[in-house]
Amino acid sequence: MSDLVETPRFVCALGAIKTVQAIERAVPILHSGPGCGAKLAGGISEQNGGSPSGYISPQIYPCSNIGEREVVFGGAERLRQTIENALKVIDGDLFVALTGCTSALVGDDAEEVVRSFKGADKPVILADTPGFIGNNIRGHEIVLDSLIDQYMRPAKSEAGLVNIWATVPYQDAFWHGNIRALEKLVASLGLRSNTVFGPRKGVAALDRVPAASLNILASPWVGLGAVRKLEEKFGTPYLHIPTIPIGPHATGEFLRAVGRAAGLPDSTAETAIRAGEEEYYYYIERSADVFLETRAMARRFVVIADSDYTLAVSRFLVNDMGLFPSKLYITDDAPIEHREHVAGYFAEFLHGIKAEVEFSADGGAIHEEIRNTDFYGRPLILGSYWERSLAKELRGHYVGLAMPVVDRLILDRSYVGYDGALRLLEDIYGIVLETFI
Amino acid sequence: MAMNLEVTEVMGRENRLGSISGYCGSLRDLSCRARCGGIKGRERCFNQNSLCNAACAQGTLSLIMDAAIVNHGPVGCAVDAIGSNFVLRTMQRLSGANEHNIRFLSTNLRESDTVFGASEKLKATIRETWERHKPAAIFVCSSCASAVIGEDIRAAIGELNGEIPVPVSPVFCEGFKSKVWASGFDAAFHAILTDIVKPPAKKTRVVNFINFFGSAKKEITELFARFDVQPYFLTAGSTIEGLSRLSESIATVAICGTLGTYLGTGLEQKYGVPYVQSMRPHGIAGYEDWLRKLGAAIAKTDEVEAYIAEERPKIESELQRLRSRLKGLRAVIGMGPGYSFNFIRVLGELGIEVVWTSAWHFDPKYDSGANVPELEFLAGGGAEDVPFTVSDQQNFEVMNILNTLKPDIYFSRHPGTTVWALKLGYASLCVNDEYTAFGYKGIVNFGTMILDSITNRSFAELFAKRSKLPYTDWWFRQDHAHFLAKAAGSPAGAQAAAIGGGHE
Repeated sequence: MSDLVETPRFVCALGAIKTVQAIERAVPILHSGPGCGAKLAGGISEQNGGSPSGYISPQIYPCSNIGEREVVFGGAERLRQTIENALKVIDGDLFVALTGCTSALVGDDAEEVVRSFKGADKPVILADTPGFIGNNIRGHEIVLDSLIDQYMRPAKSEAGLVNIWATVPYQDAFWHGNIRALEKLVASLGLRSNTVFGPRKGVAALDRVPAASLNILASPWVGLGAVRKLEEKFGTPYLHIPTIPIGPHATGEFLRAVGRAAGLPDSTAETAIRAGEEEYYYYIERSADVFLETRAMARRFVVIADSDYTLAVSRFLVNDMGLFPSKLYITDDAPIEHREHVAGYFAEFLHGIKAEVEFSADGGAIHEEIRNTDFYGRPLILGSYWERSLAKELRGHYVGLAMPVVDRLILDRSYVGYDGALRLLEDIYGIVLETFI
Repeated sequence: MAMNLEVTEVMGRENRLGSISGYCGSLRDLSCRARCGGIKGRERCFNQNSLCNAACAQGTLSLIMDAAIVNHGPVGCAVDAIGSNFVLRTMQRLSGANEHNIRFLSTNLRESDTVFGASEKLKATIRETWERHKPAAIFVCSSCASAVIGEDIRAAIGELNGEIPVPVSPVFCEGFKSKVWASGFDAAFHAILTDIVKPPAKKTRVVNFINFFGSAKKEITELFARFDVQPYFLTAGSTIEGLSRLSESIATVAICGTLGTYLGTGLEQKYGVPYVQSMRPHGIAGYEDWLRKLGAAIAKTDEVEAYIAEERPKIESELQRLRSRLKGLRAVIGMGPGYSFNFIRVLGELGIEVVWTSAWHFDPKYDSGANVPELEFLAGGGAEDVPFTVSDQQNFEVMNILNTLKPDIYFSRHPGTTVWALKLGYASLCVNDEYTAFGYKGIVNFGTMILDSITNRSFAELFAKRSKLPYTDWWFRQDHAHFLAKAAGSPAGAQAAAIGGGHE
């Protein structure tokens, strides 16, 4: 099968600039061509939920702006100058130099340049992220590795503190709402959590990572390398939860697993679950008629998204809402070595329901297959903006939740937990109810 | 000066037009140096991320309704597909056309391809693009990676041996090629001019209208009907068939001189289609200059004069009222060079004083060899002392200037550049619709927009109070041109002193 990408749902490894930006007051320094930063950040933040800016933005990112001269003569000196002056001009707490295609291909020794800033007032680290080595999810993992290897130091352990790691900031347009929701779930067990992305976290949160007694990873495969590395380097055990929990079934599993891993009595999780479900089912009961009697609602659904969302959304719709999956698609270019275990999760729905799942980044080919799929009525299509015209063509319902989420403004919205599941139902039925017959 | 249209690859603007992205001085000095050929760009030893000429090239080509793009690069270089798809889909919806996604594929260059080459992958992607979409043309765009590893795109297309029955056109727009991202427009228009436009079969009453997104299509179509011509807007919403007939048109106009220079001049040189070189139709003087020169090109001088005489008096009282309210406001502009020059003039017409302009690059001349008409107008008419910098969207310089000058309002035009002035507490208005201040009604609308944003300061004031700028105090104590390498005879020092800026 061809390696081409049509309807891109990720950018290249250098897109990890947005992972850096998600750490408050951390500053990416690009050793790349002049336009990489704005283009990549545009794709995964401006055109994905509408959050292109913040304390910094692509307009602020220092960049060596490699031109023809650096291609011919090398750009290491240009990088050195850029870092040196970035430290003077930009008010940041942590500087992460990221390499792009050109600097890697012309052979600049960025590592040597970054090493020479060891004694600088602010920490400077390197993430080797040329675009051709993979996508921004891979880039995100490289940045996490760089942080662990080059920045984190052992810290005094804090009892009852757990780190939470979940979706990739900005690649997941709902990343921040999701982190907040996970923090709340963990807090409902009486645990203190530490997360590194988002406001009021920054280097202080990074410094606390090694102090935690547990790393919770709610993700099919992204971040597994990081939690393993944290275990290796700081001896922190990790709990791997297959994906972000949406709805009562997955949220209950999440709370029980975290409770057990933290050594809490079973009753703690059960109390939290009871409270969450009571609230959740109040709303479900009120609107169950709508779920059962809306003529236009589809029964079969398809998800075209990253591993985390394809799994999390289909679990919710199958295990909580009684819907039935069609063939599902994972578009995040998951590394081959993870695919078997990720695919395994799709054989574990309730009532013996299994879903076929395909890994492909070729949206054109996916669309062709969906066109030739019988949904036994209208399809419910949960995916990215790329699926909007397909849904129209197939007279289906379309909910945009995967990168790129071009046509929605996402502020603190989240689909995680009990509340998040209600939001997802609102969003699905917000679309469905536009269609009466 | 004749353009060389026979080349495979258009040179970047630095080499072709002498364009620069680093300068500090005044409008008078800039215009004088441009005229005598004495302008040399100054380098910076600190830069912020700017923009990519591939984005301009791919943005231009991918909005042609029935064409397809293949980007030969790592997947990130094809990210333009996302934004362009949004625009394309909106245009389809508004025009009632069949809705489909943009046809924009990436060869997805990977690490092994950088070692072993990827021409087979490129050919396979081009074939697959044809098989899937049957587009009316395929544009194959280069990337930094494909250029550095020496991929021969032209040869790969040649090896397809005509198996694809529509034009397959290479576009050389790798990001490191030029710091002037507008060079990407030229790369795209070169492909259109050499591979799409056909010799005229007849002459028509169509005026080629080079613009960006085309929000004023309806008004312009109605206006042009008075002069018995029809506009053909490009490239957004155009078709390959429509573009192939650009040579038959009666004239070409462009909403932005920076955008239109290559195609406008090329069509004139190759096919004798007059390129209307006027100020742009923003504000009163620009609109009238544009109308008159267009009228001359299409032999409708009397009709244009009649239109001006009829329409202009209609806004007079409202304009007077706006001027009296806006008079005395101090503004800073940060836009591309074409819009910068035009909006210094437009703001002047509204009684607003432009105390600084930062243009993202500067073309000392256009492809015809002609001077920039808007600059000539300003240099001869009272705006010659406006302090002027050229910076490729270097936000740190703009913020330093704003912090020193403390204007009432900042005018931006590019994504992500508006919020920063607001964080300093100044009103900030994004002129991102290319038809802002277009014509008589446009300047009234624009003046009202300014008045509104100056009057209701609630968002700006509250937001500014909550914002911390990402710059050090040290930086705000430096001269804004601190990192600009010194050039002989530079007026930078004098200028900085004039605005009371500090020195290192």
